[in-house]
Amino acid sequence: MTESKQAPISAAGNSLKMLQAMVGIGIICALMIVLTFQGTAPIIKVKKAEALEKAIFKVLPGIDKTQTFQLGPNDSFAALEGEGQEGKVAYAGYSPNGELVGVAVEASGQGYADIIRILYGYDPEKQQVVGFYVLESKETPGLGDKIEKDAAFLANFSGLEVSLADDQSTLKNKPVTVKHGTKENPWEIDAITGATISSRAIGDIMGASTEHWAPLIHKNKEAFGLKANENTQK
Amino acid sequence: MSNPIQDKGNTGFWGSLKDSPSTDEFIKGLWRDNPVFVQVLGMCPTLAVSNTAINALAMGLATAFVLLMSNILVSSLRNFIPKQVRIASYILIIATFVTMTDYIIQAISIDLHKALGAFISLIVVNCLILSRAEAFASKNTIGKSVLDALGMGIGFTFALFCLGAVRELLGNGSLFGVPFFPDNFQEWIVMILPAGGFFTLAIWLIIFNATKAKKATT
Repeated sequence: MTESKQAPISAAGNSLKMLQAMVGIGIICALMIVLTFQGTAPIIKVKKAEALEKAIFKVLPGIDKTQTFQLGPNDSFAALEGEGQEGKVAYAGYSPNGELVGVAVEASGQGYADIIRILYGYDPEKQQVVGFYVLESKETPGLGDKIEKDAAFLANFSGLEVSLADDQSTLKNKPVTVKHGTKENPWEIDAITGATISSRAIGDIMGASTEHWAPLIHKNKEAFGLKANENTQK
Repeated sequence: MSNPIQDKGNTGFWGSLKDSPSTDEFIKGLWRDNPVFVQVLGMCPTLAVSNTAINALAMGLATAFVLLMSNILVSSLRNFIPKQVRIASYILIIATFVTMTDYIIQAISIDLHKALGAFISLIVVNCLILSRAEAFASKNTIGKSVLDALGMGIGFTFALFCLGAVRELLGNGSLFGVPFFPDNFQEWIVMILPAGGFFTLAIWLIIFNATKAKKATT
């Protein structure tokens, strides 16, 4: 009798102790994570901005300075000064003599492992994608992550055709990923063997993003160009 | 009670610092019980992120940091954590330090964070850390646990670096990104792919065990 009476009491005491331990550790851990996050957030923000700028210079060959533009209402672009990037932005790049080289646009989509974030440069004059860079991906190391460094794959993006159709608001041919070795047209992306899903994901991201951005950028070509002239006059 | 020396080690918070904290706790992780070459623990990051020397070194140091911090916390809370929820508590503690490490690495270098990718978050399930928490830190004083973590952490980093250096040298012809061989060197691409990790690890294990066997016979 005494045993059966004592058992539930000690069990309750044990549960309380377990609860205390878990909650206590949880609070300590949460506090440490919050402190680290708060401490590193400003540094990470600066580093990310630096990395983005470096990426813009990579996807737009031969540029000398960049200007961030924000997509406002009525599909028009306005130059963005200083901090506070909200909504949709595009980054225009200019050659040393002030000419518009192209516009870099960020895009993202589902990859094999997680969301892939890319940056690509679009040249409205040539109507081509001229550069491509993976900002963030968690694709399988050794296979899927070849989208970041495989030279043959990256070569697809130094002249990927993104021509507008006659109505100036849709694409003539949407960029699409094709099986490795079957690329025939300039708007096709040659996939990587062993990284089919990641390659296709890039094709889908490119297709969806260019379909949206290319007509917009083309429409506002003057707005991007004008800004450069203003800058050179200053 | 019968063994006063053992009891003394468990009484005070910093108990072991007053006993002589034997350097053996530190040394054993470096060589005799090396986590990779002898215990063969934590193979996932060992094989995956050791494709270049710098990645291997960064991964080793990140793991060592998490190991050290989790050992300290587990050891200081060892009388407070009930037995039934100990594994959950250890995982929670380890996950916290991994998340912190993730932020810290981002703050140090975005490129490094990109190179290590998903493997930083996978430190959580590195069995080396959990095994040190369960087998050592939960039974020993903070001083001993720190020494144990430092020894194991450095041993792990050293092993990863051994793999990373060989793989980068053969697979990329460079060390720490600096070209090492003359221009006409043909890279062994397989060495930086996952298969190369297995080859390199196997060769290191052979060397390690051969030296040990030789030592035992003489």
